[in-house]
Amino acid sequence: MKKFLAKAYIYILLVLLYAPLIFIAVFSFTESKVLGNWTGFSTRLYANLFTGNMQGSSSLLSAVENTLLIALISALVSMLLGTIAAVGIYNLRNRTRQAVTFLNNIPMINPDVITGVSLFLLFVFLHISQGYTTVILAHISFGTPYVVLSVLPKLAQMNPNIYEAALDLGATPSQAFWKVLVPQLRPGMISGFILAFTMSLDDFAVTFFTRGTIGLDTLSTYIYTDARKGGLTPELRPLMTLIFLIILVLLLVINLRSARTKTPNRAR
Amino acid sequence: MKRSHWSIPYVVFLTIFVVLPLVLILVYAFQDGSGHFTLSNITKFFSDSDALGTFGVSIEVAIENTLICILLGYPAAWILANKELNRSAVTIILFIMPMWINALMRTLATAELFNMLDITLGKGTLLFGMVYDYLPFMIYPIYNVLNRMDKSYAEAAQDLGATPWQVFWKVTVPLSMPGVSSGILMVFMPTVSTFAISEFLTNNKIKLFGTIIQENINSSMWNYGAALALIMLVIIGITTLLTDERKEAVEGGLI
Repeated sequence: MKKFLAKAYIYILLVLLYAPLIFIAVFSFTESKVLGNWTGFSTRLYANLFTGNMQGSSSLLSAVENTLLIALISALVSMLLGTIAAVGIYNLRNRTRQAVTFLNNIPMINPDVITGVSLFLLFVFLHISQGYTTVILAHISFGTPYVVLSVLPKLAQMNPNIYEAALDLGATPSQAFWKVLVPQLRPGMISGFILAFTMSLDDFAVTFFTRGTIGLDTLSTYIYTDARKGGLTPELRPLMTLIFLIILVLLLVINLRSARTKTPNRAR
Repeated sequence: MKRSHWSIPYVVFLTIFVVLPLVLILVYAFQDGSGHFTLSNITKFFSDSDALGTFGVSIEVAIENTLICILLGYPAAWILANKELNRSAVTIILFIMPMWINALMRTLATAELFNMLDITLGKGTLLFGMVYDYLPFMIYPIYNVLNRMDKSYAEAAQDLGATPWQVFWKVTVPLSMPGVSSGILMVFMPTVSTFAISEFLTNNKIKLFGTIIQENINSSMWNYGAALALIMLVIIGITTLLTDERKEAVEGGLI
């Protein structure tokens, strides 16, 4: 009985949580312009999405492209900057280390709006015109802390002598970094990269404040403008459905694989 | 070169892109349009009934949202962490999956669903949508703490004669408080600061504090916008101190 009630509670919550997503997914298979109006089964919206044959198509597709490009570049830079930073932070003396760790935590605690407004003021103050570069810089600033936090525990698990050993055996510092440190830190770097990447994909507020007025749109800002104009572009329905599915499959694969190989599925 | 020096580029980066921007909020908040020191931005807020009202509503909605999320989320986290009741990793992933999907997208999906069901958008739909958006952020940290909790405490209490109810309230709940604190942080602060979400869920009827900041910045009222941002920073500081920042429970998991 207890078990039944528990299961029922969990499933009711899940149904409620997923109702809107399922609703969008169902209506991605009909052509109607208005959501909730079923005009028969059709895969035309999917076809439109892939062939780009739709109203305002170029702007939606370029928004998707911008989103992915910004996420990729900022996550890559975050990964490099964060890994090097983690090695440095790990070797700092206690007091300084605490101070830098505290600084590193600020972007993670700050709400998006504050991060967005503060960076906006920075770019205004420095007279930097806003666009692609400023958005990427902003995304690096909130992505890197996650890399640092993912790499630090890997450093703690590592034998501290092997880097020294490589140097003693004649490796240059850069060889020792790429051939000894990086392979040891790789799992932490990858989870940091994935975190930074998804944070960037997810972001709306920071992009909104740092994209300037050159008409740069990511998926979030596109959706925002679209919704304010009233009525979503119908092709967003199949796009959202595909994004839900991709994320769900990715999460299932990553988590179930790590559960099977018995490695703890933890970032640290 | 010492290896501790490797942190220098990042410290420089943090100084420019994290510390300086926050200092600029402070500077702009206490300046007038021509760069002279003034307190008028702060005093303007306290005499601006529109902004004060929004501020009150935001705190109210955030508290309600946080409470509902705890009430709904705690039992869910407890069931998910209980090996006798749940053995499936997939259920847990289903619960945290929404955290990884753009909040704006999920919000719009919710608003569209309300529209189709002919439910008038307003306070009720705002709360429902907020709970829908933030529930995973409450469940996940609590689940994480419960899952890692040493089961021998509960067993010891049971052996010493505590009823299941007593074990739950006197052992499990106190030990899971770090998870609840980080859940509160993850739900309360974003609720106060979101913009866009509340407009979509209420058809522009209810604004939250984040929206007021955004409107001022967008209409080039930078100094007043910065002052409002500063006020929000103070609120965040207070919440963080009260809940004793424990984000590790949150970032501890997943991938």
